[in-house]
Amino acid sequence: MDIRPILMTLRRHKFTACLLILEIALTCAIICNAIFLIDQRLENMRVVSGVAEQELVYVKTAYIGNRPDAPARAAADIAALEGISGVKAAALIDQIPFDYGSDNAGLRLTLSQREDSLSAAMYHGENLLRVLGAQIVEGRDFRPEEYVPMSKVVEALDKGELGNQPNPAIVSRAVADRLWPGQEALGKQVYIGQDVPLTVVGVVGTLVRPSEMQMAKGAQYSVVLPIQEGSAEGSVYVLRTAPKDRDEVLKAAVAKLMALDPNRIVLEKGTMEQHRRDFFQNDRAMASILVGVCIAMLIITALGIVGLASFWVSQRNHSIGVRRALGATRSNILSYFQTENFLLTTMGIVVGMVLAYGINLFLIVHYELPRLPVMYLPVGAALLWLIGQCAVLGPAMRAAAVPPVVATRSV
Amino acid sequence: MFGYYIDLAMRSLKHNKMLTALMVLAIAVGIGASMTTLTVMHLLSGDPMPGKSATLFYPQVDTDPTNESNHAQPPDVMDYRSAMDLWSSRRADRQALIVDSQLKVRAPGVDLPPLMETMLSTTADFFPMFDVPFQYGGGWSAEDDARHARVAVISADLNDKLFAGQNSVGRTLRLRDSDVRIIGVLKPWRPSPLFYAVAGGRFSGGDTSSFYGKPEDVMAPFFSGLEINDGHFYQFNCWGIPTTPGHLEAAPCNWVQLWVQLGDAGKVASYRRFVDDYAAQQKALGRFTHADNTRMRGLMQWLDFNGVVPSDVRLQTWLAFAFLAICLFNTVGLLLAKFLRRSGEIGVRRALGATRGAVFAQCLVEAGLIGVLGGVGGWLLTMIGLWVVRRQPAAYADMAHLDLTMLLTTFLLALVVSLIAGALPALRASRIPPALQLKTL
Repeated sequence: MDIRPILMTLRRHKFTACLLILEIALTCAIICNAIFLIDQRLENMRVVSGVAEQELVYVKTAYIGNRPDAPARAAADIAALEGISGVKAAALIDQIPFDYGSDNAGLRLTLSQREDSLSAAMYHGENLLRVLGAQIVEGRDFRPEEYVPMSKVVEALDKGELGNQPNPAIVSRAVADRLWPGQEALGKQVYIGQDVPLTVVGVVGTLVRPSEMQMAKGAQYSVVLPIQEGSAEGSVYVLRTAPKDRDEVLKAAVAKLMALDPNRIVLEKGTMEQHRRDFFQNDRAMASILVGVCIAMLIITALGIVGLASFWVSQRNHSIGVRRALGATRSNILSYFQTENFLLTTMGIVVGMVLAYGINLFLIVHYELPRLPVMYLPVGAALLWLIGQCAVLGPAMRAAAVPPVVATRSV
Repeated sequence: MFGYYIDLAMRSLKHNKMLTALMVLAIAVGIGASMTTLTVMHLLSGDPMPGKSATLFYPQVDTDPTNESNHAQPPDVMDYRSAMDLWSSRRADRQALIVDSQLKVRAPGVDLPPLMETMLSTTADFFPMFDVPFQYGGGWSAEDDARHARVAVISADLNDKLFAGQNSVGRTLRLRDSDVRIIGVLKPWRPSPLFYAVAGGRFSGGDTSSFYGKPEDVMAPFFSGLEINDGHFYQFNCWGIPTTPGHLEAAPCNWVQLWVQLGDAGKVASYRRFVDDYAAQQKALGRFTHADNTRMRGLMQWLDFNGVVPSDVRLQTWLAFAFLAICLFNTVGLLLAKFLRRSGEIGVRRALGATRGAVFAQCLVEAGLIGVLGGVGGWLLTMIGLWVVRRQPAAYADMAHLDLTMLLTTFLLALVVSLIAGALPALRASRIPPALQLKTL
C-alpha cells in the first residue's frame, strides 16, 4: 500500500500525531525497562539452592543461656529429633539457605594478601551436607572425628592455635572455580583473614548462601566447616523427611524440643519451601506491581489510540465517503487506518527505544542495574504494535462502514 | 461567567459520556498511582524529629587501626572505649549511648509464655533528647545510669500485651535472669524511620525497609543492660577476632552508637573540634591510625548518608510519575479531540463576539472540571493503593495512611495535571477561525 497519502494527511494533523507518537514512545520506553526489571526479580527468585527443599523442615530456637553442657544437650536434642517417626536425619546448624541474616568470612589465597579474594557464607554443623541434601561432587564429606565443638574452636582461636594445624573445609563449586580456575581444588589451602588456614577436602556442587544482599556478591559462594553447633548459639534444627510428612514432623519436632527444655523459645519454624517463598516476598511484590503498572499503561495507551482514531474517523467522514464513491473498497479504508496506526506506532517505538536506553542509563546510575539487553526492545515493540492494531480496529471498522453516499451530502 | 462556564462544561461532559469517562479514568488512575507512592515516600523520607532534628548530631571516629578497610569513611558505629570516652566527657548539651540486644522477657505473675524481645540499652538523656512521650511514669536519671540501677521503661505495645494497658509502673519484669522494676510506660511512639538505630545503610544494597521498624519494647539503663544481657551483644563489625563472643567491652569491635544534642552553631563547631582533638589524642596514644577520618553529621544528613528510603520505593515513585505522564499525554489527546469536534459551536461563539480569551477560559474550566472528577477517583484509588501497601510485608506498612496534607495534594495534583493537559487543546480551540466554521454550517 502506498503510504504517501497517509503521511500527507498526518502532516495536516502534526500536533495530534506527535502527541500520540510521544505517548507510545513513553509507554514503549517504560514497558521495556519494566519487563527488564520484572525479569531481574524473577531471575533472583529462580536461584538454585542445591538442597532438598521439598524434604526439609526447620525450627529456630532462641539462646537459652550459655551452658557448659551445650554440646551434650545439642546431641541429645538431635538424637530425640531423629527418633521421631518419619524423620530421616536431623542436624543443628548455624544458618540455612534463605535466611535474611548471614554468617560470612573473607577468603584469601595467600597470607600476604591485603584484600580478600572473595567473601563466602560459612556454614557449620554436624552432618550438615547429608541432612540438607547438598551433593558432594569431588573429594569427601567430613569424617566423624574431624568435628570440633564451637567452644573449642573459640578457645583455640584465642590461643592462636588454629594457625598451626590443617583445618579441613568443604567449598562450593563456585568458590573453587573462582579461586582456582581450571585447577584441582582438593588439597588446596585458603585462609580466613590472617589467622586460620583451611585445607579443601571436598567440593559441594551447589549450596546457596543466605541473605539476598550477600547473594548479589556471588549466590553460590559457600564454605562448610566441621564445627559442631551447640544449642546455645541460637541455631537452627533442620530435619529431613518425606515431603508428605513435613507438617506432622514439624509439629512433633517442636513438641519434642519443648519437652526436652521447656525454657527455650521457638523463634521461627516452617518448611524450607515456605522459607524460600517468604524470602522472595519483596521480589514477588515488586514484580507484581510492575506487571500491574505495565498492564495499566498498555490499557491507557490503547484507550488513547481509540479516542484519537475515533476523532479522526469522524473528522474525515466526508473524505472517506468521497474515496468510497470513487471506488475504494471497505478493506481499502480499513487498511488505510491500520497502516496509519502502524506508522504512528513505529515512529513511537523508534523514539521509545532511544528513551528506553535513557531510562536504563538513569537506572544504572541510581540503582546499579545492569545494561538493558537488546532483546527487550523487540518485545516492547511487538507489544505496542499489537496493542495499537487492536485499539485501532474498532474505529477503522466504523470508518469502513461509512457509505459512499456521504460524499453527496454537504456536511 | 465562571458559573456559566461550569454549566457549559457540565453539558459538554454529559454530551459524550464515554469520552468523559475515559479522561476522568485516565487522570484518576495516574493520580491514584502517583499519590500512593508519593504518600509512602512522604512517610519514609520525612523528618522523624521535626523542629529538633537540626540540633541532633551523630559523631563518628575511625576506630579501626588496621589497614584492612580502605578508611574512606569512618565505621558507622564506635567501639566501647571511644563511645565511653566521648559520652563521659559530657561536652554536648545532651548525649546518649545506644546499643540493641536480644533477650528473653517475662513478667512474674503474668500467665504468658516468655517473649523474645529486643532491649535498647541507653543512657538517661535518651528520653528528653528524642522527646519520647510517656503514658505512665518517666525515664531514669543520670544517677540511675551511674549506679547501674535495675529499672526499665517499656513500650505501650508491651504494656498492653503483659499488663492489659494498666499502669504497670512499680511492677517487675524479668530480663533474662535479672529482675528490673518498671519505672515508665511509653505512649504509642513510632518515629519514621527509627532514626537513632540507623547504621550500615550503605552496606544494605538499597534494601533499607528494616530502618522503619518499631522502637524496642524494653529500654534499660546502658550499663545495667550490659550486665543483664552479658554475652549476647553483637558487633557491627570487628577488625580483630573478639576473645569472648557477646562480651565486647574490650573487643576490637564497633558496636555502640552515640548521639549528641547541640543547641547552637557555636556548640556544634566546638564539639566538632572536640571530636577531632579526641581522635588526634588517641592517635598519639597509638590507639587510632586514621585520626583525621572523623565525621559529625546532623540527623537528616545521617539519614541521607544511609540512604534510608528503600530503593524499591524510590523506583516505584519514578514509575508512578512516568505513568502519570502517560495519562497526561492521553488526556491531552482526548481533550484536543473533544474541543476540536466542537469547532462549529466555538466558531459560532467567536462570531457572536466571544474573545479568544473567553474561549480559552471556557475550555480550561472544562478541563479543570475533569481534573476535579479525576481527583475524586484518584483519591479513592489512593485509598485502595494504600490499603494494598498496608498488606505488604514491609516494616513501614502499618504507617501508610493518607494525612490531610497528602489528601489536599491529591486534589491539587489532579487539578494541575488536568489544567496542564487542557492548556494546549484550549489554545488550539481558541485559535479556531470563526468564518471557516460558519461556512460549513
